This record gives sequence, C-alpha cells and structure tokens, in this order.
Amino acid sequence: MDMILGHYNYWMVIIIMMAGFYTVISRGNLVKKIVGLNIFQVSVFLLYISIGNVKGGATPIIEKGVDLYSNPLPHVLILTAIVVGVATTALGLALVVRIKEAYGTIEEDDIHNQDQSL
Amino acid sequence: MAVIVKHNLILRVVAKFIIPLIFLFALYVQFHGDFGPGGGFQAGVIFSAAIILYALVFGADKAKRVITPYVLRLLASLGVLIYAGTGVATIVLGGNFLEYGVLASSQVAGQHLGILVIELGVGITVMSVMLIIFFAFAERGQAVLSSNAESEQE
Amino acid sequence: MIDNIVDITLLSFLVILALAIIRMRSLFAVVMLFSGFSFLSAGLFVVMDAADVAFTEAAVGAGISSVLMLATLALTYSSKNADKEEKPTTHKPWLPLSVVVITGALLIYGTYDLPSFGDPEAPSQLHVAPYYLENSMPETGVPNVVTAVLASYRGFDTLGEVTVIFTAGIAVLLLIGGRRRVKPNVKKNGGDREA
Repeated sequence: MDMILGHYNYWMVIIIMMAGFYTVISRGNLVKKIVGLNIFQVSVFLLYISIGNVKGGATPIIEKGVDLYSNPLPHVLILTAIVVGVATTALGLALVVRIKEAYGTIEEDDIHNQDQSL
Repeated sequence: MAVIVKHNLILRVVAKFIIPLIFLFALYVQFHGDFGPGGGFQAGVIFSAAIILYALVFGADKAKRVITPYVLRLLASLGVLIYAGTGVATIVLGGNFLEYGVLASSQVAGQHLGILVIELGVGITVMSVMLIIFFAFAERGQAVLSSNAESEQE
Repeated sequence: MIDNIVDITLLSFLVILALAIIRMRSLFAVVMLFSGFSFLSAGLFVVMDAADVAFTEAAVGAGISSVLMLATLALTYSSKNADKEEKPTTHKPWLPLSVVVITGALLIYGTYDLPSFGDPEAPSQLHVAPYYLENSMPETGVPNVVTAVLASYRGFDTLGEVTVIFTAGIAVLLLIGGRRRVKPNVKKNGGDREA
C-alpha cells in the first residue's frame, strides 16, 4: 500500500507522458502533434513538482511558525520552463501555418505524397 | 481570429468592465511577487491576456491602436536590456554580474531593488513577446481572410 | 489523507483527458480539452504546494496556448469546416503503440528506484534546497523563496530564459510576421513551394 501511494504520482505521470508521446508519433495532423507535445511537456512538469513535494510541507513562502516547506528549486525550473514552453509552442504553430500555406494541408501523409510526386 | 464580434452586447460590456481589473491584478502580481506567489513571468502573461481579450472582443485593429507593433518590438528588447543592464550596472558599481548587493547601501536593500528591477524587465519582455506572437497570428488571419474573399469574388 | 485523495482524483482526471485527446477527431474539441487539461494540472500544482507554478500554468497553458492553437486552427481550416476534423490515419497503430508501451514499462521500472512521493528525506530535498530556505530571507529579504531563487541566486539562468523568449518572439515574427497575401490561384492547386 505504501509502495502504491508513494509511487502513484510517478506512474500516472508516466501514463500521461506516454499518451503525449503516442499522439506525437502516431497522429498525422500537425496541430494534434503539437497538442501531444504539450501534454508530454506538462507531464514532465508534473514529474518535477512531484519530486519537489514534501509531505506536510507548505508553499515555499517564508512565514513565522512554519518550518517545513516544499523544495523551491523544481518550482523555479518549471516556472521558467512553462513560459519558454509557450514561446516554443508558438514557434511550432507558426511553422504549421507556413506549412499550410506552402502545401495546402497540415496532414503529414499528404505532405509526404506531395514531396514524393515532385 | 480576425472575426470581430459585432453584436455581442453582453460580451462587450463585461469585457470593458473586467479588462481594467485584469490590468490591476497584473500590476499587483508584478510588484507583490516578492511577498506572495507571482513575479514577472506571470504578470507579463496576465497583462498580455487582458490585451488579447480586448483584441478578441473589439478586433485586433483597435487593440493595435492601443499598443502599436512598433512599440511592442521596442518594449520586447527594452525588457532584456533592463535585465542585462542591471547586470552591467552591478559590474560598474564594483560587484560581479547580477550581484545586486552593490546597488544600494546595504546587502538586503540592494537585493530587493535588484530583484524588483529585473522582474520588471522580465514582465515587460514576456508581455510584449506574447502580444507580438498573438498579433502575428491575427494579422496572418486577416491576410488569409481577405485573399479568400478575393477568390470568392472571382 | 485528504491530500492523497485530491491528488489521485486530479491525476486520474488528467489521464482520462489525455486519453480523450488521443481519441478525439475534432481538432476544436482537442484544443478545448487541452485547455481543460492545463487547468486541471494547475490545480494539481496547487495541491503539491507549487503556487507560483500553478499560477503560471493557469495563465499560460489554459490561456495563451489555447488562444494560439485556436488561431492556428482558424488559419489552417476554412470556416466552412466547422468541426475541423483531422484525417483518419492510414497506418496501423501497432508500431507506435508497442514503442510507447515498451518505453512506458521501462520508465515505470525506473520509478522503483525513486524515493516515495513526499519523502522529506529524499536526496533532492537535502542538498541545495535547505540552503535556499534558510538563507534567502536573511540574504535577500524576500519571503517568497521561489522569487528569490529565480531572480537572485539563479539570475543568470533567468536572463537566459528571457533571451529565449525574446528570440522565440523574433522567430515567430520572421516566420509569419508581415502581411504576405496567399495568392488565390496558387492556393487551389496545392500551394507554392517557394514560399
């Protein structure tokens, strides 16, 4: 029981991670691929924050009378990662828009066919 | 994106009411980030969300009159400049790069000032980059829509 | 105990949403589900004592990301196609499925070496974190340790992040800035390659 409660978070995070991974490698639609990539990203955030969590700890804002805090370091790393993540997502979406303008489709199979018929 | 909601009275009234509150909240998050949850990253995003809401309800063209793309590009670089400039200022004052202690008379006061200034830089850059990205997408939408309209006329 | 229940419920919801996103064909629904997914994960961050992260995730993931994805959908699908459905894939799902299952099994095997969730004696809790928690208040006078570490102890790191965001903004401008019009006659036969 302790094993299950102590590792439940990691297992669920890995399932979410694999769901994102599956979307990225099996779906042909580029927007859906980017959604999958974002799911993968969120699962990595969850993994980091899970590792930083301390049972019974408080949010790391120093206050008198509280002496157990969660680990602030993963929070810092993930905070910046989220904002950088949205910037890179925007870049990916911009590439999708350009691909649509160049090929007239955002389905990977159609793009591949067009490239082969050149 | 470029579709402007014309007749949605409730949306317009609520947006007008709520946008100043979002700005106020963004400023609170920006300058209260030392004491509560928050900081430059969050404040920048919330600030840009308010302007994006304005653009969605009233149209991107009107939003661009509030804050022009040229100003946005200036602001995006200004934020990075403020951040890096703080580092250079600490070197000039005799410390290491980004060693805020030398900015004021005491270590703690210097740290406080330094953190406030660089969070401001972060907030400005994040806000303007998010808006630059949004306006780039919205502008593309207008270009595509107008070319579609032309092709339909033919 | 109540923490565990909330934690398990939210994580289960996240898994269900992720699976629904895989199955869903309508891209509009996918984007809206992703927005909900981000919001739920923000709730989970609050449960795990990461208020700053939750804040950012709620604003960025559920807000800006979704708006940008919707904008992309509006740009890539015509307004007549209201559902914005993706095409069914022609491949069989077995190869990607087996890759995913094997990778997942290996990762789950790897978690057996991890310290259990919330363990105060875990190695990650013992090294730099106590230093930050003890010294950030006397050294910087900022009660929010996350802000202190972000802006002061790891200020150099954050400078890099801000530069990354700035660069991403420039790259998006280079890619889709400017009002280039799509020529209607070129669009009909599949688009111009040079663009």
